[in-house]
Amino acid sequence: MGQKLLMKGNEVIAEAAIRAGCRHYFGYPITPQTEIMHYMAKKLPKIGGVFVQAESEVAAINMVYGAASTGKRVLTSSSSPGISLKQEGISYIAGAQLPAVVVNIMRGGPGLGGIQPSQSDYFQATKGGGHGDYHMVVLAPASIQEMYELTVDAFNISDRYRIMTMILGDGVLGQMMEVVNFRDEEIIEHYDKSWATTGHGNKREHNMITSIHLDPAVLEQWNIGLQNKYKLISEKEQRYELYNCEDAEIILVAYGTVSRICKGVIKEAAEQGIRLGLIRPITLFPFPVDAIEKVIDIPKAFLTVEMSSGQMVDDVRLTINGRKPVYFTGRMGGMIPTVNNIMTKVMEIKEKHR
Amino acid sequence: MFPNEIIIAGFGGQGILSAGRLLAYAGMLEDKQVSFLPSYGPEMRGGTANCMVVISEREIASPVLNSCNALIVMNNPSLEKFESWVKPNGIIITDSSLVHKKVKRTDIKVFEIPATHLASERGNKTYSNIYLLGKLIKETGCVKPENFEKALYGILPEKRHSMIPEEMEVLKAGMEY
Amino acid sequence: MAIVFKAPNALCDVPLHYCPGCTHGIAHRLVAEAIDELDIEGKTIGISPVGCAYNNYLYFNCDMIQAAHGRAPAVATGVKRSLPDNIVFTYQGDGDLAAIGTAEIIHAAARSENITVIFINNTIYGMTSGQMAPTTLLGQITTTTPYGRDAKYNGFPIRVCEMLATLEGPAYIERVSLHDIKNIRKAKAAVKKAFKVQMAGKGFSLVEILSTCPTNWGLSPVEAMKRVENEMIPHYPLGVFVGADLEV
Repeated sequence: MGQKLLMKGNEVIAEAAIRAGCRHYFGYPITPQTEIMHYMAKKLPKIGGVFVQAESEVAAINMVYGAASTGKRVLTSSSSPGISLKQEGISYIAGAQLPAVVVNIMRGGPGLGGIQPSQSDYFQATKGGGHGDYHMVVLAPASIQEMYELTVDAFNISDRYRIMTMILGDGVLGQMMEVVNFRDEEIIEHYDKSWATTGHGNKREHNMITSIHLDPAVLEQWNIGLQNKYKLISEKEQRYELYNCEDAEIILVAYGTVSRICKGVIKEAAEQGIRLGLIRPITLFPFPVDAIEKVIDIPKAFLTVEMSSGQMVDDVRLTINGRKPVYFTGRMGGMIPTVNNIMTKVMEIKEKHR
Repeated sequence: MFPNEIIIAGFGGQGILSAGRLLAYAGMLEDKQVSFLPSYGPEMRGGTANCMVVISEREIASPVLNSCNALIVMNNPSLEKFESWVKPNGIIITDSSLVHKKVKRTDIKVFEIPATHLASERGNKTYSNIYLLGKLIKETGCVKPENFEKALYGILPEKRHSMIPEEMEVLKAGMEY
Repeated sequence: MAIVFKAPNALCDVPLHYCPGCTHGIAHRLVAEAIDELDIEGKTIGISPVGCAYNNYLYFNCDMIQAAHGRAPAVATGVKRSLPDNIVFTYQGDGDLAAIGTAEIIHAAARSENITVIFINNTIYGMTSGQMAPTTLLGQITTTTPYGRDAKYNGFPIRVCEMLATLEGPAYIERVSLHDIKNIRKAKAAVKKAFKVQMAGKGFSLVEILSTCPTNWGLSPVEAMKRVENEMIPHYPLGVFVGADLEV
């Protein structure tokens, strides 16, 4: 039967994490994601969980590193400037191959920036952010229902591959309310965690969690292992939505909040007799190249729309590799592209490719 | 059927966000698609506050609105900001106790209700938003009054449930104003 | 034949990489002996720092986690909160604990995390080759204070035990030294007590161990021991700062 509730995005993430078996949260307050903390502070102590308000994002991510080392499902959350501070720990978690989930409810930057919604941390999320050759799995929900489902998936993916998974949302998704349908029970995948440091109990050799390998030959092998894992994830975990692409003249590419606005654009364009489609990446890493390959022959051009100066558009261009023209439009600093902004760009492209 | 796209705007503390939340909750009870997007940040405390509510029979494209078919305004700056957002044949409902500017548009319907004044007469200023919601519900049919009542029970803390019968009287007064 | 001296079980049978005359080896042994005597190796989880002891996860026989520079107390917090019945310790040097990790150690102490911190103070950065540490004494020559530490330019050394003792969180804080046999015995007792404090659930415990760095001090091992006694102890007095009356 499930449970149907009107909930805020941030609270849904917290509730979903609890449903996914996460009982450990470490965080530091920052707008516009603090409701995740509030929810955890209220709920976790009542169900035998652990909530710690850390002294900084740096401390919080290292607490995550510690809890993840013991094999527990663990969550931290923040927003852009706070995620920058967490990069040290994220790189170590990647290096030590620990499963954990981090949420970034993005706001405008650079620097302290603002608190309004943004997608300007795409590069940071998908291309590294911290030092070293590593990736996280990056999931980009576009609705409250998806914030729930993807958060549950994030914990399973993290455990499956021993990797950090990021839920990448923005201020709109964090703050808005929609109806969420909770399942009666979640599918919690269980994997071998004999690597965890839980005390050897005099029954096995001692376990070691580490990211340091001073011998370059050893470190290279370690890196090759990581890259093989990322390759496997790229093959198995691409997710996307294709919307209205069948006979589209122009296909939009957008994720998260902007993909919702693009759906509005598609409706409005249809009323004017213009056929638009949408590729909505749900995984940003791995980037869903399969989605583009499926529809590459259909449109005259692609248009990427983001709340940034144009970050994901690089991955779109790399995938298309000159086979079709790729355009970009976006807003920055916490401004949200309007239907009119996007329609203006659509008309411009249409004119060029008559 | 077109979705109801509603903007409610005023000062922080006027019950702007709770009004929007009540509508979305009532819409959910009718098995409609709903979204509620509040403005957030420091402006919540005394500055301007607004929220965007969509109630629709079909999947909601964007919860972020650039236009609306119904606007409730509870102060002058909100009218200035959002008047042009209302689609032709849409409606604007103002709290005329606080909004002294006149709506300039002629292609929309305007309802002026001295909500703060009426609420003060009843001895509870927090009812002002309910008068305005009454008129909104009457004119747009976005949700049914009985579901609004259920939303009050669903959202308000138990200690405030004793006020709900009077709030429903206020809602009806707003509908009939 | 009776065995009169053997390596502690809690230490792996591998050669340590530390320089000749460095007291890290003694400190490791004391920690391992305490773990053996309390019979807690099976449930102990140690956190390695960044610094000379960065890879002591290879030396301790219990489960070990290598942490980022200065973050060991935060990592220990995550571990202990996940496994409250296990024993969790960090092993940190003065650069790790008192410079880059100042926030983490202060807040772990303030929260009275039920962990044990082994703090090695040798007044210098060893691994990166002899730079000024937060604990470097005034006048001390290092590679980044080539004319001697001058308070006007480089600020003053931090007394960690005294600073943390101002907090209400810590249950037990003691400073000990490894410069002679008598003091090594006292250090052993302090390390053991710190673990017992944790086992009793009393909260945060820290033992600061005054140590040597003959290589970067440019002294022989014997001269280095003398420097601890004659120069460091006057500035870093030994003793119990919190929990003197605590019975565990």
